[in-house]
Amino acid sequence: MPTITYHHLDGSVDEIDVVPGTSVMRGAVAGGIAGIVGECGGQAICATCHVYVRPEYLAALPPLSEDEEEMLEETAAPRDPERSRLGCQLKTGPRLEKIVVDVPAEQ
Amino acid sequence: MSTARGIVIVGSGQGGVQLADSLRGEGYTGPIDLFGTEVHLPYQRPPLSKDFLGVPDETGQDATALPIRAEKFFVERDVTFHPGVGVETIDPAAATITAVDGQVLPYRDLVLATGARNRALRIPGAELAGVHSLRTLDDAAALRADLLTARRALVVGAGFIGLEFAASARAHGVEVTVLEMAPRMMGRVLSPEMSDHFHGQHTAAGVRTVFGEGITEILGEDGRVVAGVGSSGTRYPADLVVVGVGVLPNIEIAQQAGLAVGNGIVVDEYLRSSDPHVWALGDCCAYPDARTGALIRLESVQNAVDQAKILARTLTGTPTPYAATPWFWSHQGGNRLQIAGLIPTDARSVLRGDPASGSFSVFRFVGDDFAGAESVNNAADHLAARRILDRSLPLTPEQVADPTFDLKGHSRTSPVPAA
Repeated sequence: MPTITYHHLDGSVDEIDVVPGTSVMRGAVAGGIAGIVGECGGQAICATCHVYVRPEYLAALPPLSEDEEEMLEETAAPRDPERSRLGCQLKTGPRLEKIVVDVPAEQ
Repeated sequence: MSTARGIVIVGSGQGGVQLADSLRGEGYTGPIDLFGTEVHLPYQRPPLSKDFLGVPDETGQDATALPIRAEKFFVERDVTFHPGVGVETIDPAAATITAVDGQVLPYRDLVLATGARNRALRIPGAELAGVHSLRTLDDAAALRADLLTARRALVVGAGFIGLEFAASARAHGVEVTVLEMAPRMMGRVLSPEMSDHFHGQHTAAGVRTVFGEGITEILGEDGRVVAGVGSSGTRYPADLVVVGVGVLPNIEIAQQAGLAVGNGIVVDEYLRSSDPHVWALGDCCAYPDARTGALIRLESVQNAVDQAKILARTLTGTPTPYAATPWFWSHQGGNRLQIAGLIPTDARSVLRGDPASGSFSVFRFVGDDFAGAESVNNAADHLAARRILDRSLPLTPEQVADPTFDLKGHSRTSPVPAA
C-alpha cells in the first residue's frame, strides 16, 4: 500500500497509507491533514494543494503539464523552481509507491 | 449546553464549510453551529459529474466522494456539525432558528448558505427508474450505478452538467443524445465561437446533439425508462435519462422569515440581508455586482468560497465588501473550459489563438471595454484575463488579436493610477 508523508513547518509529520491512485491532495483532504485545501477538487485550477516534493522523489513524478506550470505561478507561498508541484497531479501507484512532501506556509 | 449566542450557518456546502473554517482563521472563538440537510460529511460537488462518473483508472479503484474538510476538522475547530438536520424556520425578532429535529437555537448572527436545487422536469414519466438529475452525492451514486449498465443515454439540456455527464458517458462507451431547446450549447454563458468549438468536440467524441428540441414525455416499461419523446414528436430510445435544465435558489426559509428575496436572498455588498443579523452567501444569494451594482446570483465554487472568506472578516469586526472577479470552470472530456469575468451574452468576441489547435481563448468586449474571457485548455490566457480584471488594467481588442502581444507580461503590470 503506498504511503504519503507530509512534513509541516512546525516539525510535525503525518504519514498515511493510501489505496493506489490516491493523489497527494486527496490523501491530505480526506485524511484531515492541515495546510492542503484542494478547492477545485483536483482539476489543477486553484493552486490550493501546492506542495514541495522532497528531492529524492522528483525523478518518479509525472512531467509538468502546461496548465500545472501556469498554476504554480499563482501559489500563495513562494514557488520552488525544482520542488513545487500541485498535489492533485501526483497520484500514487506502481510508479509512485512512496512520496514525501513539505507542506507550504499558506495556500 | 452553552447558551451563548454564536454564529449559526444553514447549509454545509462549500460556502458554509468555508465560512466555519474562515471564522476560526479570523480568530472568532464563539460557538459555530453548522446545519446540513444531507447525512454525509460535507463533500465537493464539482467532481461528481466528472471524476466520480469516470472510468476506473489502471489501479481499478472506484470513485469516492472528496470531502471538503475531513471529519476531524470539525472537532479540532470546535464546529458543531448537525448532519442530516435541516433548519425549518427563522424567528428574526427572537434571533432563533428551529431545526427539523425540534431544537431551537439562539444566534448572534445567522448565515444562510442554503444553495440551490435542480429545476424539476414536470412531464409525464419523470418519476420512472433510470431518470436522473445530478446535484448531490446520492444523485451521483445512483447515476453511476445506472451508467455502468446503460447502453443509450438521453441528456436533457446542453449546459455544464448535461455536457459533463455526456462526456463521462461516452468514456464508458454509452451512446449519448443531447436535447437542447436553444440553438447552441451552453448558450447562456458562452460566446457562439466557444459554443461551436465544444459542439465540434462533443460531436467528434460521438455525442449526438439535437438543437431546438425540448422533451415532452418519458416513456417506460415495467417502471423503467425506455425512451424520451422530443417536442418535435421524435422518439429517442434510452435506458438512462439525465436532466440538467438549470437550478432554483433555496430561498423559502428566508421568504418565510420575511426577508427580502428575489432571484435569491437579497443582500448588500457586505452580504447582509434585509435583517441586520442575517446574512447569505453562495448560490442562494443575490448580491450587487461590484462593477455595475446590478443584483446578480452566481452558481460557482469560487463565489461561495470567496464570499465566505469575506463574510468571516465582516463577522469578526472588519467589514469587507465583496468584489471578487467571478470565475468558472467545466471539464468535458479532454476539454477544460475556464471563464473569467461576468460576460454579457451580447458581448463582442475577439479570438486569441487557433481553435484548431484545441487550445485558445475568446476574449469578450462590451464596446471597447474588456468584459472577460473564455479559454479552453489554456490556463495561461485564463489567469492573465483574471489578473487584468482584478486590477482593472486596460486591454484592447487589437492587443488581444495580436499573437505577438505579451498578454501575460501585460497582466503583471501595475494599474495606472487614476488621473
